[in-house]
Amino acid sequence: MTSRYESTFLDVVSRAIVPLIQIFALYVVTHGHYDPGGGFQGGVMLAASIILLRIAQGEESFERFPQSAGLYLAGFGALAFTILGFMSVVFGGNFLEYGYAVPGVDGVELRYWGIFFAEVFIGFLVWGALVAIYDALTTGGTA
Amino acid sequence: MRLMGVVLIAIMAGFIMWATRDLPLRGDPQSPASTHVSVYYIENALEDSNTPNMVTAVLADYRGFDTFGEAIVVVAAALSCLLILLRRRDDEGPLAQGYGTDEGIGDGDPEPPEQGARG
Repeated sequence: MTSRYESTFLDVVSRAIVPLIQIFALYVVTHGHYDPGGGFQGGVMLAASIILLRIAQGEESFERFPQSAGLYLAGFGALAFTILGFMSVVFGGNFLEYGYAVPGVDGVELRYWGIFFAEVFIGFLVWGALVAIYDALTTGGTA
Repeated sequence: MRLMGVVLIAIMAGFIMWATRDLPLRGDPQSPASTHVSVYYIENALEDSNTPNMVTAVLADYRGFDTFGEAIVVVAAALSCLLILLRRRDDEGPLAQGYGTDEGIGDGDPEPPEQGARG
């Protein structure tokens, strides 16, 4: 099911609303320190914006967000999160103990940034994974 | 048979509701959940990680390994969906041709798999 729903309203509204969803999703991902939110929630919102593009524009949306990009994003997020976890192991900490990730830097700041990057990578991961699942369900993985 | 299922569900629901009487009251400071590590999290989350949102500090820092597992589960779900639903573009190749039938295992059956037959 890669055909689009022929609707002028859906087309116009989706063009207007998708950037807003993505901006708000970036806000949710990056402000996990201060507000409710974080990587999982923001990633779902980013995936929802892409799925709205898929519904409204059909195969045209493959130019903006290719089908293979979903799995690449998910893989990148998982790999980066794993590397972030092992960075502290190299310098004497435990797995995911961000305070040891970079020697010579204050541990509290490192934990702050460790949480930040963990949320960002989780956001990439959830974004890509959900879009990959949607594409697999709707097209069977064929281009 | 249908009545028996309803009765079984009612009995199980009754057991569960009965068991809720033993749960601690909401916000009970003496409950096991409030006397173990959560006190440390509440008192030290801001100093330890400079993060005002305590939930995020617990989720991504103190309980980072748990969150890591959750993230890997999401990736595994996406990979599983692709493995089950993947269809090759030209419907050829070892994965698409007779995947899930005897043809893919290679027992020498010369008959090609049916059109659209896939795992």
